[in-house]
Formats: sequence, structure tokens, C-alpha cells
Amino acid sequence: MTALLVTLRKDFLLQWRGRAQVVAIFAFGASALLLFSFAIGPDSLALQQHAAGFLWLGLLLASTLSLAESFECEMEEQALEGLLLLPASARALYYGKAIANWAQLALLGCALVPIMVVLYDAGTLRLLALFGVIVLGTAGLSAPGTLYAAMTSQIRGRQTLLPLLLFPLVVPVLLAAVKATSLLILGDPMGQVRPWATLLAAFAVIHWALGGLLFDRVVED
Amino acid sequence: MTKTSAQSRTPQALIAAGIALLLAGSFWGLFKAPGEIFMGDVQRIMYVHVPTAWNAMLALTFAFVCAVAFLITNAWKWDNRLEAAMEMGVVLSLLLCMQGAIWAKPTWGIWWDWDPRLTTTAVMVFAFGGILALRNAVDDPVKRAVWSSVACIVAFADVPIVYFSVKWWNSLHQAQSTPATVSKAFHWPLRINAFGILFLWAGLVALRTRVAAFRLRGELAPPPPQAKAERDVSAPGGAP
Repeated sequence: MTALLVTLRKDFLLQWRGRAQVVAIFAFGASALLLFSFAIGPDSLALQQHAAGFLWLGLLLASTLSLAESFECEMEEQALEGLLLLPASARALYYGKAIANWAQLALLGCALVPIMVVLYDAGTLRLLALFGVIVLGTAGLSAPGTLYAAMTSQIRGRQTLLPLLLFPLVVPVLLAAVKATSLLILGDPMGQVRPWATLLAAFAVIHWALGGLLFDRVVED
Repeated sequence: MTKTSAQSRTPQALIAAGIALLLAGSFWGLFKAPGEIFMGDVQRIMYVHVPTAWNAMLALTFAFVCAVAFLITNAWKWDNRLEAAMEMGVVLSLLLCMQGAIWAKPTWGIWWDWDPRLTTTAVMVFAFGGILALRNAVDDPVKRAVWSSVACIVAFADVPIVYFSVKWWNSLHQAQSTPATVSKAFHWPLRINAFGILFLWAGLVALRTRVAAFRLRGELAPPPPQAKAERDVSAPGGAP
């Protein structure tokens, strides 16, 4: 537990030091949201209906940048090998990294919401529920994303491989998160947000468990 | 790998048996079996489509078993089998999507539909195809084997979640065809083709495993001294 807290502190410190990069990733997500509207055209009703999908696609695209970045710095000067020599389990390293990535992605998601509201006129008053969906959805993105980023950061062609591996895997996250967010924006007369949120939670639990189980084999030498 | 297993003719025999069964089953399905009442001859694609679906799932399940076995035993033979089975699973899933599209156009009037099984198959093609790309990008055989096993387990665990999430999302596909849902007149061609495809892929996977084992032996062996001498000679400044 102490090891987890220490690695968590290390990863948050790393993110704080690289905050300029985080701002750049946010700008990337925001510009993606801007570009999506050009694919639909200036039809405000259609834009509002697709707003949730655009938000999550923007977040997904931005997440590959932030996930890749999180392991990039561990590759410099063979920092990862140094970490593995410490008396901390690989599992603690994984959960530290994954929680830090989760926090960053959730923050990014929340920061993109106002952009979505302004561009697509797609707001909701159920802000707490929207925050919950973002937290659950980004949990599902960060667990497998951290596992795959640990692999792809060590090889050539990493920019292509991370999305190639991650995107098909997180189809359920994209689907459930878009559906839940969309229901929050457009109205939810049947109370369907909860089952979709449950699906997001189930996905996250399975992948957080799998990641912790398999990570020490990924980084072993 | 022992010499006897490398020279065994079992895979070739399996492939020959598979092709023979496929020919027999397809002949039966195309010419002997009665046409379906509503769909007519279009329905006859079922005799390859449904067996392909069973076998694609079987090949990917075998790949998953290989991945788990490799992580437990660390034996190279499981990595070789994983590579072969995963390639076969991707090829069969891709064939499945194409056959489905060919059948869907005249029947539903559209090439593609966002049905749970169709979508899950497409997602599987990309998920496992991505792992093949990962294997291709890693030079270190140990890392390649461990990482692709890990990725295979994660992707396989994801398949049911993808299926159920898409099922909640949208549905149109008819219930899957099993001997229980299909008229008795259609049983035999289906069964024969199922075993035909099974034998065919089992034989091909066995051969592909051998290829992987040969490549691995080259990667794990130290470079032969002769090759080094040749490099030195052809290096600039060496003897002409």
C-alpha cells in the first residue's frame, strides 16, 4: 500500500512537471471537437444529437496521446528498469500509473464538456451524473491503455500500435459512455443511464483486475 | 521440436481430409439439400457461413488457451501455436464478415448491419489483427511472446463485453443457427463442412506452427561464426 502511494505521488509529480503537455493535449481534444462539427455541417439539431459521440471520440483520440506520453518519460535513461529494481511490486507501479492516467483523463473529459456545451449547445443540468459517467468511462480507458502503453512505448511504430490495440478493445466503453452521455443531454425518460453506467463500471472492474494481474509479466526482463 | 514431429505428415493429411470434406459438404449443400422456403438459393451460403463462425470462435479460443499456457509454462511451443492460431482466427473472422455481407445484401438489402455478432466479429478482426501487428513490431522473441499472450488474454476477455454491449445497443440478426434451429434436411452438409473447415485449419495451424518454430530457432541461436567471417571480409577495407 505504501508502495502504491509512493508511485502515485511520483506519477502525479511527473504529470505536474509535464503540465504544458497536458494543456497541449487538451488543445488537441478541443480542436478535434471543433473539427467534428465541420463533418456534420452547421445543423444545430444534428450537432446536438451527436454531441456526446463527439465528446467521447475527442477524449478517446486525446487519450492515446496522454497514455503514450505517460510511459515516454519512463523510457528515458531506462527509468523503468530502475523502478523495477526498487522494492516495489510491478503491480504497485501499474496501479500508480493507471490511477494517475485515470485522473488526467477524467480531468481532460471534464475540461472538454464546456467546449461541447458551447459548440453544440448540448448541456445538461445533471452535472453530477455526467461527472460520474466521465469518471467511469475514463477508468475503462486508462486500465487497458496503461497496460498497452507499457508495451508500445518500448517498440518502434508506437504511435500507430497503441491506438490499433486500444481502439477495438474499448468499443464497449465508447458505446456505453456515448449512450449514457447522450441520454443525459437529450433527456432520459426511461431511466436508462444507470444500466449503461453499470456496464462502464463492469468493464472497468474487469480490466483493472486483468491489468494488475498481467502487468508484471509485461515489464519483466 | 523433435525431428520426427517436423517430418510428420499429419498436417498434410488433415488438410487433405478437410478439403475432401468441404468439397463433399458443399456439393451436398449446393445440389442435394432442398432450398429454403423464403430465401431460396441465397440461403445455401449458410453451409460455409455457419461452420466458419463455429471454427473462427474455436480458433480464437485455441489461441487464448495457448496464451494462458505460455504464460504458465513459458514453453516456446505455446508461443508458436499462439501465432498460428491467432492468424487463423483473424483469417476466419474476416471470411465470416465477408460471407455475412454477401448474404446480407440480397436478404436484408444492406451489406452491413450493427448486429451484435457481426459487430463483435469485426471488432475481433481488429483486436486480434492489432496483436499480430504488435508481434510484427517486436524484435525480442521473449517480449514478443509474453506481450502477445497478455494482449491475447485481454482481447479474449473483452469479446463477451463487446457482444453484450452491442446487443443492448442494437439488434437485427436472426438467432444463431444450430442443429436445433435448423431443419433436419440441412444438418448433414452443415456438419460435414464444419468438420472440413476444422480439419483444414487444424492442419494449416500445425504447419504454420512449424514455420514459427523454425524462425524462432534462428532468432534464439547465436549468429553462426561463418556469417561473421563473411561480414568481416565484405566490410570496407577488407579483402575484395
